[in-house]
This record gives sequence, structure tokens and C-alpha cells, in this order.
Amino acid sequence: MTSITKPPVRHPGLRRNSIGLTARDYEGAMSTLCAGCGHDSVTAAIIQAAWELALPPHRVAKMSGIGCSSKTTAYFMKQAHGFNSVHGRMPSVASGANAANRELHYIGISGDGDSLSIGLGQLCHAIRRNVNLLYVIENNGVYGLTKGQFSASSDVGSKSKRGEPNVQPPIDPVQLALTLGATFVARSFSGDKAQLVPILKAAFEHTGLALVDVISPCVTFNDHDGSTKSYRYTREHTVELTSVDLVPLRREIGVPGGDEAVVSVTMHDGDVVRFRRTEDGYDPTDREQAIAHVRACQHRGEVATGILFIDESGHDMHEVNGTVAGALAELPFEALCPGSASLAELMAEFR
Amino acid sequence: MDCQYACPAHTNVPEYLRLIAQGRHDDSYLLNRESNVFPGILGRTCDRPCEPACRRGRVDGKPVAICRLKRVAADLRDDITDRLPVAPAVKNGKRVALVGCGPSSLTVANDLMPLGYDCVILEKLDRSGGLMRVNIPAFRLPASVLDEEIGYVLDMGVDIRYNTPVTSMKALLAEGYDAVYVGSGAPKGKELDIPGRDDPAIADRIHIGIDWLKSVHFGHIEKIESRVLIIGVGNTAMDCCRTSRRVGATDVKVIARRSRPYFKASPWELEDAEEEQVEIVENHVPKRFVIEGGQLKGMEFDVVRWTDQPGGRQKSDVLDTVVIPCDAVILAIGQDNAFPWIERDAGIAFDQWDVPVVDRATHMSSRAGVFFGGDAAFGPANIIWAVEHGHQAAISIHQYCQGLPVTDRPAFGMNLLSAKMGMHSWSYSNDYNPSPRAKMTHEELVKRFSDVAVEVELGFSPEQTAREVQRCLNCDIQTDFTAALCIECDACVDVCPVNCLTITKDGDEADLRGRLSAPAANLSQELYVSGALPQTRRVMVKDEDVCLHCGLCAERCPTAAWDMRKFELEIPYAFAAAGAAAHG
Ligand SMILES: Cc1cc2nc3c(=O)[nH]c(=O)nc-3n(C[C@H](O)[C@H](O)[C@H](O)COP(=O)(O)OP(=O)(O)OC[C@H]3O[C@@H](n4cnc5c(N)ncnc54)[C@H](O)[C@@H]3O)c2cc1C
Ligand SMILES: Cc1ncc(C[n+]2csc(CCOP(=O)(O)OP(=O)(O)O)c2C)c(N)n1
Ligand code: SF4
Ligand code: SF4
Ligand code: SF4
Ligand SMILES: [Mg+2]
Repeated sequence: MTSITKPPVRHPGLRRNSIGLTARDYEGAMSTLCAGCGHDSVTAAIIQAAWELALPPHRVAKMSGIGCSSKTTAYFMKQAHGFNSVHGRMPSVASGANAANRELHYIGISGDGDSLSIGLGQLCHAIRRNVNLLYVIENNGVYGLTKGQFSASSDVGSKSKRGEPNVQPPIDPVQLALTLGATFVARSFSGDKAQLVPILKAAFEHTGLALVDVISPCVTFNDHDGSTKSYRYTREHTVELTSVDLVPLRREIGVPGGDEAVVSVTMHDGDVVRFRRTEDGYDPTDREQAIAHVRACQHRGEVATGILFIDESGHDMHEVNGTVAGALAELPFEALCPGSASLAELMAEFR
Repeated sequence: MDCQYACPAHTNVPEYLRLIAQGRHDDSYLLNRESNVFPGILGRTCDRPCEPACRRGRVDGKPVAICRLKRVAADLRDDITDRLPVAPAVKNGKRVALVGCGPSSLTVANDLMPLGYDCVILEKLDRSGGLMRVNIPAFRLPASVLDEEIGYVLDMGVDIRYNTPVTSMKALLAEGYDAVYVGSGAPKGKELDIPGRDDPAIADRIHIGIDWLKSVHFGHIEKIESRVLIIGVGNTAMDCCRTSRRVGATDVKVIARRSRPYFKASPWELEDAEEEQVEIVENHVPKRFVIEGGQLKGMEFDVVRWTDQPGGRQKSDVLDTVVIPCDAVILAIGQDNAFPWIERDAGIAFDQWDVPVVDRATHMSSRAGVFFGGDAAFGPANIIWAVEHGHQAAISIHQYCQGLPVTDRPAFGMNLLSAKMGMHSWSYSNDYNPSPRAKMTHEELVKRFSDVAVEVELGFSPEQTAREVQRCLNCDIQTDFTAALCIECDACVDVCPVNCLTITKDGDEADLRGRLSAPAANLSQELYVSGALPQTRRVMVKDEDVCLHCGLCAERCPTAAWDMRKFELEIPYAFAAAGAAAHG
């Protein structure tokens, strides 16, 4: 065999979800990333989360920009819609798509270069607009696709493969999102699916922009000693602030009583996300505390993980703008295009 | 390796399939021959214990057609006679007597001749092969195939004496052989003692299966009446019913005491019989022969229902009694060992069932220097077991003749060699072929029934062969894990198409089985658990059950913690010593 493909055969005992699919039905094309790339594990976690939620894959839209991370939308849910946009422009394209058809599940995949360097402004405005979108940053501290230059998330002092230290201060997407008013902010690690999968599930269910920063080591250009985004460094410096126990199905709204450490948040559609606090007194519904805590962790050289902030009272782009209820594509032609008389009426309002 | 382990002679299945895939039929044939001695014969008739064990069956429901691919290697081989073992010019001076010329004695001779032994085979009949020739009908196993493969053994210079029944063990022992091997089979068909059996009026209408088949083989019987009942549902019954169809019977029923899951015949034999319009009747227990006016009219049966009893046994309740009309009956309810020619005071101990006491590993009886193998040792089995007994007995005989303890047995060896050739390149074809199992083409019915010697199975076409060999999952190419190299990136876990791999906290096996990527319900397949992984001290767990050996885990591993390595079992044979002696 000259290049690898994953054979169509599956484990005979593989479980099916409520819409009759196995996790393998959520796969896409075979990855062309480097063997061992963290991004492939994130892909696997997305597959697992979507399978567990029984999302119909053809009702999902995958949006991305440019980078190894951005390539990964090809590697899951081959039945889904997709748009692979220009470098750093995924948020705009996702906003447009979401404006036109609010009924799909949107998942944007980006990199630290794509979102924190060239696309930083785009990210900020998508957060402000609160586009209903699961926004995953596969954060490896480098531009992987262009061979490992430091990106804007690189920590001061982190060494390149050739031994040079980074001198510019990093942009932390979590702190950025918290200060910009994001309503769902989380961080996880590609090497910890037990944590990542429930976070992705909760993020999928969140209405509004759910930012998930995933430390996802670049095994080729940033997994050496001296890097602060390697597998080993991340494992040694991770501090879990909250652990998401489970995302119950829609009917199971009940919350266990009596357990002091459990915080529950009811999502828009009635789902309940339950947290188990692992850090004393950490409250993931308190934005100020979250900012302070994450910053303090950063000062100590720790990587704060878990669902760090959640606010289900926010309003997404459609609610704020009072748009029509359904997808534009499903509106009757007369409603979508009411004719020149209606246009003239509208124009008159602005005169 | 499941197939190799299940094969009594431990034939290296995946390797011989790969050799066929490469068109190296000679090499494939010889590799087979090393362990099973009769690839052409077994490629048509083997009981194939390997196939139920084949992993492919657990992946897509149907095992690789291992047995019939063996026939492909045999059919397509070139002349290989110059690559066969030969007896040395200078003999070692030891003489061994072998009683019977069935597959087990032939295997002993095959293994001992290259060492310089003088092997003398004493055979009652005027021909070689034992039950393989006189009982297995020619439509399953042509005489030419037997002649050729038995010839390879006898042509080493075996002293074969036909028409020489051994009538006294004591007399044989007195002839001063260095060792005696009893490979005389289990020659006595079991009787059915029910009313009417002894009525002389119908004696010519009731046959004992193995004797009847033998008579057909020798041409003593050329016809049977039109309505025939076969009692019993084992191998012999299958050959009897199908042979009946070829010598005049038009209405053949096989009568079984139990229901299908408990039949001794293999599913494929039942299929072949049903294809020949044989009816299989379940849950009928024979009661008596119905004789009217001195003529056989039929047989009476209790129709029963079996129910499970505590303790695993089953009990039967009679639901009804029926008479099935017939003109002839063939009894095929099993065979017994019989040794009328072994005097009970010859120093060979017999047990309470009057069969000789034989050691399972060494095949030696209680009398030093007298060995038993094949059906004669532990009752009727099959050809491949007869061969394996022959190999083991040959080792014992060689030890014994050198004055070494027979319990000192040479050890198995093994080899493990990386199969990596380069980027995405392995020394085997790791692509998964999704084709379903190849279906054997059969001769059309009219032609089949015209002559007992018309072979039914026509063999695989080249296209079928090419696909079928690729269905093999190369289970000898093992996934080999080095925990110290793993960075726990999950790439292998994520890529595995059949969810074999899990990285998780360590635990005992039962606990681990409950938290793997996919259910690990097959307890006969081991879990492989690594040592603690460097970064998190978790462990890598592999459930071997449905691994495709596709190598994707090794391809996606950035650190080569996974490697694919070819496992090779080095099986000790008596004849292996010959190489050293001949070249030394
Ligand atoms: C009808 C039938 C169908 C079968 N089909 C299959 C099949 O498809 N596949 C399979 O694997 N197995 C099959 N078997 C079983 C298989 O044939 C035997 O298990 C196998 O042949 C046993 O080999 P053996 O060497 O122990 O003895 P045998 O093959 O029984 O050979 C014993 C030889 O010893 C000779 N002999 C016996 N007593 C004496 C004596 N006192 N002196 C001299 N010679 C003597 C006999 O004439 C015979 O030639 C079948 C058996 C039967 C009855
Ligand atoms: C407009 C534009 N500028 C620059 C590039 C070159 N370029 C391609 S990928 C990339 C960086 C990608 O980094 P990141 O988003 O972190 O993805 P990674 O490969 O690390 O996953 C750059 C700068 C480009 N393709 N387009
Ligand atoms: S270069 Fe780095 S980020 Fe890109 S595929 Fe390879 S390991 Fe992944
Ligand atoms: S070889 Fe590796 S990837 Fe392939 S099935 Fe086996 S464990 Fe899975
Ligand atoms: S791919 Fe290799 S390094 Fe990665 S988890 Fe598997 S064995 Fe370990
Ligand atoms: Mg990057």
C-alpha cells in the first residue's frame, strides 16, 4: 500500500446512537497531517461528541480557514456542509452562513495562527456578535503548516525547535474571550479526551459562540524539550478548574441534590451541564472570578482547563438582530423577495 | 495466531497464503507439506479446525477459505520432486515396523526416512492410504492425488509390504525391530442393537457404513436400492448418503437423533449433501426395523424433543412414533478401535474400555518401544490429527532409538522480525480486502451422479484465489508495542478501524474489559496490557479479537512505539535433525 486509507470494516460490536449511526459514520477523509499531530485527536473527540449527541451529520456546517488545524474539517463528518475559507477569515464566513441558515449546527475549526495572528480582529468581532457557533482553536503555539514559526500564542521563553526563545508576549484566547464578553469559554487538551469530549458536547449545545481553546501539540515542530506546548509540558502544567461530569439528555433535567461541589447550568434548550468544582470555590458562572483565576494560573505557569465560564442568559446574533425565525433558504419566495413595492416602502423609512 | 494454533499440525497458514498470492505455489506447497505432509489430500478433505478459529470469521462472519486454498497450492505446483527430502545413502542401522499404511504411519515414515531409518510398512490391504483411500469417496478425493502424495513418502525407499495383515503383536515384536508403530486405525463400525437387526431375512439390506463404503471402493458393491435411510449424522453418514445417490438411490434420508447444532458433520458437509437432494431428518431415535413377509418395509422411530437439564445434559421426551419406509439402511453411528491381533499379554496395557494405554505426548504405550498414533491411539479423529500424531511419534521413536528419554522433547522456537520496509511500506500486503468468502464451484448434478469418481469440487478460479488470499488478516504479523517510546498522542487509538486500542488507567482484566474503546466480549482473546506509559503512567491496552493487522497504528505512530513484526513458529520435527546430519 503506497498511501494509507482507513478500511471500511468496523468492529462488529460497535454501538449505535439514537439515530442509528456508529461513531465511524461521523468520520471524514483520512488525515494527511503528521502522524501524532494533536489536531487528529481533536478530530476524534469531535467525532465522539457529535456521535454521543446524535447530531445528524448532514445538518452540520464545518467552517475553517488556513493551517493544519483548518484542514481538519475534511477529516470528520463527510456528510456535513463545509467551507474552507481564506486565512483568518473563518469567523466572517461563518457569520454569513449562520445569518443565512440558522438551523444548521456550526462548527468552526481554527488555529492559533489563523485566529490570534492574521485573524485576531475576525475572532473578536465574532465573539461580540455572539454567532451561534462552536469555535475550536487548535492551539499549538506555532504555524504548523508553514513549518513551525512562533505564533501569537507562544509563551515568552518557549523555545523553537532550533533553540531560539520566543520574546513576544502571548495572546491567550481564553482571557481575550472572557474580556470581550463571550458566553462560553473553555480550555482543554487534545491528549485528554475524557475532558475534551464532554466540553465539546456542552459547547455544541450552547446557544451563542462557544470558544474552546484546545492545546494541541504540533508533534513535528513544537513537541521538544523547552516548548511550553508539548505533550509532556502540557500534561505537567495542566490544572483542571472544573470537571464536566456529564451533559444529560434533554429529558433528564434533574440535578443531584446535596452535593456541594456540583454546579448546574441549564442550557437554552433545557439540557443541563453539571460541573464538579475541582478548584476550591471556583464558580464558572462568575466572569470576574474567571478572569482573575485564569490570569493567576498563567502567572504561576499553569494551564487552566475545564469549562471556565458559562452564561446561558446571553443573546446570540439572531436574537440581537431580531431576524426571521427559519433558514432563508426555506422562506417562501414572496417572503424572501417581497418585490419592489416593499423595497420602496423600506427605503422610505430611511429618508 | 488463531489458525495455526487450531491446526493440530500447526500449519503456517498466513505465510502459505501470502506465497500463493505471490504465485509461489511450489514454496507454498512445500511449506504446507512440512507440517501437514499431504497438502493436496487435506486441501480437499481436511476437517479444517483452523477455519472456525480464523479471525476473519469474527470480522465479517466468514473465515478465509484456508483449506481450499491449500488445494490451489497443490493443484498449481510445478514438479517439486527435486525439493523433497531424501533418505541418506548410508542408513543408521535402525529398523522400524509400521502397522498400516494410513496417513499416520506414512507421516512417521516421512519423518524418519531422511534420518536413515529403515521403515517397514505392513499393510493388510493391497493398496496404500488407509481410510483416505477406501472410505473417503473418490468424488471428494481422486485416487491420483493420493497416489502422488503417498508416492512422495514411499519413494524415499520405504519397504512397503501390501497384503500383509499383522496377526500377532508378539510375533511382530519377535522380529527384532528397534521400534514398532501401530497406525492401524479404528476399523470397526458400531452396531445398532434394536429389534429386527439380527433377522437374517433382511441382512443384505442393512450395511455398516465404513464397510459399505469400502465395498463400493473395491467394486464389490455397485448398486443400492432406491429408498435408503442413513442412521447417524457424522462424516461417514455424509459420505454414505452421497455415495448412495451415485449407486442408484433416489430417495435418501439421513436420520439424526439430535437437532442440527449437535450434529457431528460440519455445516459444509451438510450443505453438500443437501445440494445432492439428501433429506436430513432431526430428532428421530431408531426403535426397530419394520419387517413384513420377510421383507424390509421401513424403520420405526421415536420423534423426540430435547430439553436442557441442570448439569449441562439434555433429556428427551417422546412426542410421537413414526415409520419411515425404506428399502435399505446404512448404519453410520461411529467407529471403535479393535485390536484382536494384539495379545493381551504382550506387555501392552489395555484400559477398562479395552483400548491400549497410550501417552498423549509421547505416543508410547506401556511397553517401551511400541508406539500408537492416528485413530488407533485415541479413537477415530481425522487425517490432520493422524499426521500430527505421526510427527510426535517420529520424534519419540528417534529419541528412543538413540537411547534418550522419549519425554525429553525438543522445544518450539520463535522468531519476531520487523515487517517495516519504508514509508507506508510493509513486507506484506496490509490492505484490507472487503470481498466476501469465495464460493466453491461444483460439478453439475447429472454429471456427478454418473460416476463415483467424478470430483465434485472444481477448485477456485484464479480471480477467486487472488481475492480469497487477500481476505487473510495476516495474524502472524503482530502489533508490537514499546511503552517507553509512547508520547500518548492517541494517534493509534484514533486511527484503528476496529477500535482495538485504548489508553486508560490500569486495572485487572475484567475491569479493563469494561472500559475499552469497543466491547471486548470475546474472553478467549487476550487483552494485551503494556507497562506504565512514560507521561501519565496509564497503560496501552489492545484487544486482539478483531485486529486486522492493517498496520495503521504503526503507520500513524510518530515515535514507532508500535511496530508490525512477523512472528514465526519454529516447530520441531524429527527430520530436522537430518539436515544437520547430512551436512555435518
Ligand atoms: C467415511 C469416512 C470419511 C472420512 N472423511 C474424512 C475427511 O473428509 N477428512 C478427514 O480428515 N478425515 C476423514 N475421515 C477420518 C480419517 O480417514 C481417519 O481419521 C484417518 O484416515 C486415520 O488415519 P490412520 O493412519 O490412523 O488410520 P487409517 O487411515 O484407518 O489406516 C489404517 C490402515 O491400517 C491397515 N490395518 C489395520 N489393521 C491392520 C493390521 N492388523 N495389519 C496390517 N494393516 C492393518 C488398514 O488396512 C488401513 O490401511 C473419514 C473417515 C471415514 C470412515
Ligand atoms: C493570507 C495568508 N497569509 C499567510 C499564509 C501562510 N500561512 C499558511 S498557514 C499559516 C499559519 C497557520 O497557523 P495555525 O493557524 O496556527 O495553524 P497550524 O498549522 O499551526 O495548525 C500561514 C501563516 C496564507 N496561507 N495566507
Ligand atoms: S506540522 Fe505540526 S500542526 Fe501540522 S500536521 Fe504536522 S504536527 Fe500537526
Ligand atoms: S493493526 Fe493496529 S490499527 Fe490495524 S486493526 Fe490492528 S490494532 Fe488496529
Ligand atoms: S501513536 Fe504512538 S506515540 Fe501516539 S499514543 Fe499511539 S503508540 Fe503512543
Ligand atoms: Mg498553530
